[in-house]
Amino acid sequence: MKLNRRRFLGTATLATAALSAPAVLGQARPRVVVIGGGSGGGTVARYIAKDSDGAVDVTLIEPSRRYYTCYFSNLYLGGFWEYDALGHDYGNIARTGVNVIHDWAVGVDRDAQTVALASGEAVSYDRLVVAPGIDFVEGSVPGWNVSQQSLMPHAYKSGTQVQLLKHQIENMREGGLFVMVAPPNPYRCPPGPGERISMVAHMLSQSNPTAKILIVDPKENYSKQALFEEGWERHYPGMVTRIGPDMGGDDFEVRPETMEVVIDGEVEQADVCNVIPAQKAGKIAELAGLTNESGWAPVLPTDMRSRMDEKVFVLGDASAQGDMPKSGFSANSQAKVVANVIRHELTGSRLFPARYSNTCWSLIATDDGVKVGANYEPTDEKIASVSSFISQTGEDADLRRQTYEESIGWYNGIVADIFG
Amino acid sequence: MKLRLVLTFCIGVALTPMQAFSQASPIGDATAGAEIYRRECASCHQIGDGAVHRIGPHLNRIFDRGAGSHSDFRYSDALLRQGRDGLKWDLRRLDAYIENPRALVSGTRMSYRGLSDAQRRADLIAYMRAYSDQPQNIPEASPTAIIREVDLPESVLAIEGDIEYGEFLSSECTTCHQRTGSDAGIPGIVGWPEEDFVVAMHAYKQKLRPHAVMQSVAARLDDDEIAALAAYFRAIARE
Repeated sequence: MKLNRRRFLGTATLATAALSAPAVLGQARPRVVVIGGGSGGGTVARYIAKDSDGAVDVTLIEPSRRYYTCYFSNLYLGGFWEYDALGHDYGNIARTGVNVIHDWAVGVDRDAQTVALASGEAVSYDRLVVAPGIDFVEGSVPGWNVSQQSLMPHAYKSGTQVQLLKHQIENMREGGLFVMVAPPNPYRCPPGPGERISMVAHMLSQSNPTAKILIVDPKENYSKQALFEEGWERHYPGMVTRIGPDMGGDDFEVRPETMEVVIDGEVEQADVCNVIPAQKAGKIAELAGLTNESGWAPVLPTDMRSRMDEKVFVLGDASAQGDMPKSGFSANSQAKVVANVIRHELTGSRLFPARYSNTCWSLIATDDGVKVGANYEPTDEKIASVSSFISQTGEDADLRRQTYEESIGWYNGIVADIFG
Repeated sequence: MKLRLVLTFCIGVALTPMQAFSQASPIGDATAGAEIYRRECASCHQIGDGAVHRIGPHLNRIFDRGAGSHSDFRYSDALLRQGRDGLKWDLRRLDAYIENPRALVSGTRMSYRGLSDAQRRADLIAYMRAYSDQPQNIPEASPTAIIREVDLPESVLAIEGDIEYGEFLSSECTTCHQRTGSDAGIPGIVGWPEEDFVVAMHAYKQKLRPHAVMQSVAARLDDDEIAALAAYFRAIARE
C-alpha cells in the first residue's frame, strides 16, 4: 500500500484525532491483551505495564508456564549452555502488573474485540497484540508431517524437541550420518541452521569424530555463509557437506520410518535427521484473519499495526514487515515501539518515532563467535534496512572470543529485559 | 467496508507526528526502474527468473557480489583487477558505475554511455535491488533504503537531555546493556557522567571507536537523542 505523503498533510489533525481520541477519553482502565509470551509478547506486556503504572490493564495469554528460548538452544546442543538456563518463567512479568493467563488463545472476534480461550472464557480488549511466533507449512517437506517429529525432530521451537535432537545425536552410531533438511525463505533466525550445524559438528568432533554431516538446502545461499564455511573447514575439516539447489537440494523427500532421505532421486541412509520445514505465522494469527496469502501477517512499517485491523498489532516472527529478520532481537525491538504507541493511544503518553534494530550472534566453535546486525527505518512501504554490518572472515581469535563473550552478555541482557 | 476502514486508517497513521522524524526513504521507484532497465540495460543483461549471461553477465544477485566474480563469464582484465582489489557492488558503486562506467573501471568492456540523471539511476537501482538477496533472509545484505546523513552541529555538549525521550530510546540499549549496570560480557552504561556518555557515543558515531554494533546504533542517533540517553542513564543511577 503506497502512500503519497503530500496528500495527507491537508487532513492531518482530523485523522489523528479520529484515531486516538476515543481511547484516550475512555472511561475505565483501557485493556490490552497480548497473545504469546515470547520475546515480542513478553516484552510488550511488560513494557506497557511497567511504563503505564497501572493505568492500562494488561493481560498476557501464554500456554506454557516456563518459556524456553530458541536463541542459545543451539549452544545447548553443542554443550555450551545448560538446558535449564534456556528456561524462564513469568513471575517477574506478573509482578510488573501483567495479568498472566496460562491458556491457549483459540479465536479472535475482531468485531466484538474479544479473544476466546481454550477454557471457554473470553477476554475483551481495546488493543490486541498478536505475537504467536511460527507454525510449519504442512506438506512442505515431502514425506514428513508433525506427527513424525519424534523420529525426525524439527527442534525449531526450542524446548523438548531440542532435548530429543541432542539425545539422538549423542546416541548416534560411530561414523553415522546426521542430515539437516534446511528451510526455504523466509524462516525464523536466518543464521540458526548454520549455527546448529556448527554445534552438532562440535559435539560430534569430540564424541564421534568419524561421523558426517549432510545439509540439504533448497536455498542458493544463506546468512553468514562465508563465515560458517570458513569455520567448518578450520574446526571440522571434511565433516560437513552441503547440497544446494544446483546439486538437487531443492528436490528431496524423507522417509521417517526407515530414516531415509531421498535427494534428487538418490537414497541416503540417515542416523539422525533434523527436518526444519517451511514456516508461516502462528496459527492464531491466521484464525484471527490477520494473515494474507503469504502465510504471514502484514503490518504497517511505522508501528507494526495490522494492515487488516487498526486495533491489532502483530509482532515478531509472525509479522510481514519488510527487511527485519525473524529473530528474538527483532521481536524485542518491535515490541518497544508497539508499547510506546499503545500507551500513547490509550493514556495520551508521549509518542516517539519508531526505532528498529537487530543483531544475531552465532557460535561456530569454542570461543569462535560471529555476529551480523542492521538498523532499520520505516519507509512508506516497509521497514527497510538502512545499514548493516557483519563479522569478517579471517578475524583473529581474540576478537572472536570477545564476540562470543558479548553474545553471552546479550543473552543475559535480553532475558533480563523480558523476564528478569 | 473492511478495505475502506483500513485505507482511512493508513492515512491517519501517515499523519501522526512520527512521520516527521522518519529519516529513511526508498532507493527509488522500482516500477519506473523496470522501464528504464528495459530501455537501457535489457539488450545486454538479463535479470529475473532463469536469467543467463548474454553480451553482459546476468544481474541476479548483483548486490554484494564482487566485481567480475562469475567464473563462467569473460570479463575485461580491468574489471577482474578491480574485483581482486576488493570492488564489491553496493548501492554507491553501482550508482557510480551506471553513471559513468569508465570513471569507475577505466578499461571496462561495458560499452554504455552512462546515465546522468540521478533520479533515473535511483529508480533503476531500486528495480535491480529486488533481484538480489533480501535483508529479511540475509541480514547482512545491502540496505533497501537510504538514510539521511546527520551533520554534527556546534555546542553539542550543551544540549540538555530529554529524560523521558531518553527512557524510550534506552529500550534499544537495554536489549544488551542491563539496567542494573551489570557489566558481564557487555559493559555497564548506567550512571556515567553525561559528558563522558555523549563523547563516547559521538566517537562511535564518527567510527573512531571500533565496535560494529555500537557504530551502527550511534550512526542514527542525532545530538538531541544522544543527550537524552546520557541524561536518562545518569538519572536512573540516582534513583
